Amino acid sequence: MATIDYPIHQKIEYEEFSFSETFYKWVATVDHKRLGLMYIVTALVFLVIAGIMAGVIRLQLAFPNGHIVDPDTYNRLFTMHGTTMVFLVGMPMVAGFSNYLVPLMIGARDMAFPRLNSFGFWIFLFGGCLLYFSYIGGNGLNGAGSAPDVGWFAYSPLTAKAFSRGASTDYWILGILVSGIGSIASALNVIVTCISMRCPGMTMSKMPMFVWVMLIDSWLIVIALPPLSAAQIMLLIDRFLGGTFFNTQAGGSAVLWQHFFWIFGHPEVYILIFPAFAILSEIIPVFSRKPIFGKPAMVGAVVAIGFISLGVWAHHMFAVGMSSWSNTFFTASTMLVGIPTGIKIFNWTATMYGGKLRFETPMLFCIAFLLQFLVAGLTGIMLSVAPFDWQLHDSYFVIGHFHFTLVAGLIFGIFAGIYYWFPKATGKMMNEKLGKLHFWLFVIGVNLTFIPMHFLGFLGMPRRIYTYAPNRGWETLNLVTSLGVVVQMIAIAIFIYNVLHSVLKGAKSGDDPWDAWTLEWATSSPPPEYNFEKVPVVRSGRPLWDLKHPDDPDWRFE
Amino acid sequence: MLGTAVVALLQAQVAALPEHRIADIMKPLASPAEAEKNIALFSFAITGVIFVVVAGLIFFTIWKFRRKHDEDEFREPAQVYGSNQIEVAWTIIPVLIVFILIGVTARVIAGVENASPPKDVTKITIIGHQWWWEVKYPDYDIVTANEIHVPSLPDGKAATYLKLESADVIHSFWLPQLSGKTDLIPNRDNFMWINPKEPGVYFGNCAEYCGTQHANMLLRVIAQTPEDFKKWASEQQQNAASAAAMTPPRAEFESLSCVNCHAIKGTVAVGKFGPDLTHLMSRQTLGAGVIDNTPANLKIWVNNPQDPKPGCFMPSLKLTDSELAQVVDYLGSLK
Repeated sequence: MATIDYPIHQKIEYEEFSFSETFYKWVATVDHKRLGLMYIVTALVFLVIAGIMAGVIRLQLAFPNGHIVDPDTYNRLFTMHGTTMVFLVGMPMVAGFSNYLVPLMIGARDMAFPRLNSFGFWIFLFGGCLLYFSYIGGNGLNGAGSAPDVGWFAYSPLTAKAFSRGASTDYWILGILVSGIGSIASALNVIVTCISMRCPGMTMSKMPMFVWVMLIDSWLIVIALPPLSAAQIMLLIDRFLGGTFFNTQAGGSAVLWQHFFWIFGHPEVYILIFPAFAILSEIIPVFSRKPIFGKPAMVGAVVAIGFISLGVWAHHMFAVGMSSWSNTFFTASTMLVGIPTGIKIFNWTATMYGGKLRFETPMLFCIAFLLQFLVAGLTGIMLSVAPFDWQLHDSYFVIGHFHFTLVAGLIFGIFAGIYYWFPKATGKMMNEKLGKLHFWLFVIGVNLTFIPMHFLGFLGMPRRIYTYAPNRGWETLNLVTSLGVVVQMIAIAIFIYNVLHSVLKGAKSGDDPWDAWTLEWATSSPPPEYNFEKVPVVRSGRPLWDLKHPDDPDWRFE
Repeated sequence: MLGTAVVALLQAQVAALPEHRIADIMKPLASPAEAEKNIALFSFAITGVIFVVVAGLIFFTIWKFRRKHDEDEFREPAQVYGSNQIEVAWTIIPVLIVFILIGVTARVIAGVENASPPKDVTKITIIGHQWWWEVKYPDYDIVTANEIHVPSLPDGKAATYLKLESADVIHSFWLPQLSGKTDLIPNRDNFMWINPKEPGVYFGNCAEYCGTQHANMLLRVIAQTPEDFKKWASEQQQNAASAAAMTPPRAEFESLSCVNCHAIKGTVAVGKFGPDLTHLMSRQTLGAGVIDNTPANLKIWVNNPQDPKPGCFMPSLKLTDSELAQVVDYLGSLK
């Protein structure tokens, strides 16, 4: 076989394909980049669906005694909103970004198991469709359908046959169970790829931060998801085979489900936030023109967060009446997470310190993340104080807190990542003016929505209520919250327009528009199916820095 | 007649109590909520200082090191890879803060959870139902619903111990100004205590999602002076005055299926599925707080509970107008 030494910046001419050919190429693809994009686009579609649900929820709560939707419909809306955001937006974002970027960053031609990768995506999508099919078929042959209404953590015994009739809860179980198979397949794939597919010269310590964080994230998925799957299968046994694990009417335990769920559920929130950590760790150095500060400490901090997060689950259960010793233990373990999280924020700031900061849209989202996530972390510390949590638990304070971590955290990180890698995936730049407009509107909307929620919690407003009476002091704050959602929706509409417009008419980006340092910028934009004509050889964590600064290469200092 | 006058007097007393509708956890009126507020203030202080310092550093950094236009476009800044001394410093400081916070929190947890009940404490058993609260006073042989009368003393010496149970799914008992929440879990007994320091009507909610009408599973604690509480209790121990005589409205009520679910002491109504109605008219609200207990609302409720509280387990009995009038008349006499 003849080997040809193309330059690393090979230009690819794409052939024209008919619609059916293009369709087939996408559906039958095993290419990690196409699958990555399909994950991300699917996640964005579900984000819009669940966002519209949130809009209806906020419309209902904008004024006291709201009756836009009836109680059952409202309960289905918040159940589907939460379930969708966690399992059909957050999880595919993890899979999408790691699929697209990990092979490119480690100089590989594809993931280790391309067909498993494709299977993972389609089984995930099937799970998502199964969940939404419940709107049509949720009651089986008993009449019109209905979605699950048991909340995204589906506390038993509300899920027992006696309290949840029909099949909607079964759709919740099966949809999540099936899409979870996809998540585990994808996570295993990332782990094997990181371990066995790195290009020559890339030792573990020279892997980019993004790859490191995604590797640890994948381990966390592999460890944390099976308890949920097991619990869901036990619940199926309860519902169909007369089991009594969680069925309290037959002597089962309601608290057992909570333990199972949160052993999954707490690592899960770190699984969701890690992609944002990964994205920030790539973008902040490039836009500060400096390497990441204290990379070993950053990797260590992520490992520490992952490890500690496996031992904090019962801080979701401070109100179930545990002994004072248990409450103290979980208070302590939860507060410990604050230490490595603090290290990460300090190191990102130190990366910017002494740099030459450029404030393009990706960097703006990263800086906003730092400030917003700081708030989310500090309200998390308040929640970890068990006696304070007895007040705050299941109140709107909790809603405010975790939307600060997942919207002002994860979603900000995701937007940063999309603005940053969009040129790589499409060869086009996104419009910077629209990007900045999107950014500022989104920052305003998010804070208008989620800051008042904290104060609603102080005023005793519990979560998951479909309506509330006037004169409890909740009117103004609820109205502000709902107005914030309107601002967020405008911002998201601008973002969608920006994406579509830039795909069609965006300015050409070139291969390396940000003057970056990791391997994905060494190939063309968009990259060819095989990524690299010639497998690259690296000597440091920033191979393109070495290429651009032959007089001052990184490997001298590593 | 005298009994009715006493009842009217008692109700006037309850109506005169201050209403704490805005349940601000920062304005506690009982010891557990005060302890929780104090540790909340402590955590505000610590996290506030951290926020100011870290956010200040971030703002300072992005201002100081923004790229200036007159700079050489292509000159990269000094490449700094890290510093072990700095890493150690900003690891140790958070460790110290966390250990202080853990120590303080552990003390408060033990203080609230391990407090042992004094001897002359009021004991109440609360049973969560979809979507109302059953309230039992084992020492007084009283069964009521949704509105919990407790004694209060300004020094907090009048403590009430609550045993929390559930008949169906998980609920959570939360009176923000009196105490943080504790769940009511089937097959499990939970305990908590409150000691309101001011007489008043305290508002709260069920705080664990429990199904369709979770939003309207509202809760009131009516704290009274010990003397008023004793008066209320002795009144509740009596059968309602009208229960003694067999009137046509009572006969109508007893002939309907109401009695399958509801109990009225001294009558054939001994149902256990719904709230006890013995002293229905001594309560402020209907349907666990969904509407005020007025004669007009009582009629609306009996006619079709699904209207004010859609999804609740009390069906519309499709009563004829005359049946409805009789039943409402009878229920309205249960002072």
